[in-house]
Amino acid sequence: MLNYIWFGMMLISVVVGTIAGNIDAVTEAAINMAKTAVEISIGLIGIMALWLGTMKIAEESGLVQIIARALQPITIRLFPDVPKDHPAIGSIVLNMAANILGLGNAATPLGLKAMEELQELNTEKDTATNAMCTFLAINTSSVQLILPATVVALMGAASNQIFITTIIATGLSTIAAIIAVKTLEKMNRFKINRDK
Amino acid sequence: MIDYLVAFTNELSRYIIPLLLVGIPFYGLVVKKVKVYESFVDGAKDGFTIAVRIIPYLVAILVAIGMFRASGALDMLLIFLSPMLNAMGFPPENLPLALMRPLSGSGSLGLLTDLINEHGAESIIAKIGATMFGSTETTFYVLAVYFGSVGIKRSRHALAAGIIADTVGIISAVYLCQLFFAQ
Repeated sequence: MLNYIWFGMMLISVVVGTIAGNIDAVTEAAINMAKTAVEISIGLIGIMALWLGTMKIAEESGLVQIIARALQPITIRLFPDVPKDHPAIGSIVLNMAANILGLGNAATPLGLKAMEELQELNTEKDTATNAMCTFLAINTSSVQLILPATVVALMGAASNQIFITTIIATGLSTIAAIIAVKTLEKMNRFKINRDK
Repeated sequence: MIDYLVAFTNELSRYIIPLLLVGIPFYGLVVKKVKVYESFVDGAKDGFTIAVRIIPYLVAILVAIGMFRASGALDMLLIFLSPMLNAMGFPPENLPLALMRPLSGSGSLGLLTDLINEHGAESIIAKIGATMFGSTETTFYVLAVYFGSVGIKRSRHALAAGIIADTVGIISAVYLCQLFFAQ
């Protein structure tokens, strides 16, 4: 699916850019975005190091395991394929906690750590497991309790009003993500061992 | 009540990061006698490898998104979709943001800023926009980065589920705001 969307976007861009006379802008965007992608990745190194370092302390002092055990009733249902004492559960729980608290900077490194640990359980290394898809869907549905700092800065006093609408909307999208991922994983189209 | 709660959580959010940065080593060193400096450095080493590993995936996704936006294809899609959305009661002013949100964090933040400047923070359009922004994620970016970091090429149903979640978030934002803030 990603193959077609990726290629489709670029093909449409070149066709539309040619017709609309924006082809120079398309070229420029391609080159600039390639540069931006590297800048974002390099910029992540420091923040990643900070949170992964702190996380390591939390892990070695047993803090992660305490939190993971407390949330076991939920994680066991969401990730039935992951053994309940696997380190991946700890990282997943911390990633969600960081998201809920609106700590986007901390959430990404923890999420990437969780993916690495989920990959250890994967038997087909280039294909996503059910647990990975569930984790991603919950992540992209943006579970959060605290408004992003940027939104508060932009909305000023009106951010008080959108607090409640944002929590309800985000709750609904997370529920939708869980239902969608659990339904889709059973469909033939998305089975792991389908013949291509 | 709500005002107080919001002020409290916003105030609290300023202290979360400093508290975590101090609280975790405190627990490790004082309670569990862990060598906190050594463990920090050990964990931090992974930061570099992971960040470098996601570069090719991020380049692929961001280039495609950048081209799509620059070509004018996104604007065309908006013009094409607006009559249908009008009929559903979806304000056309909020559509660019809804379409941009899964693709680009900085792009959608730019659109939200523009909406708030244009219509004012007290307008329903700005409130819908801000709710949308807060209740959805940059799905394509998250997918590229997370799967890219471990070399997953076949993402199966993750994209479809992410898009469904975003759609529900966006539609909820529109109808909730109309319910709460309509004059």
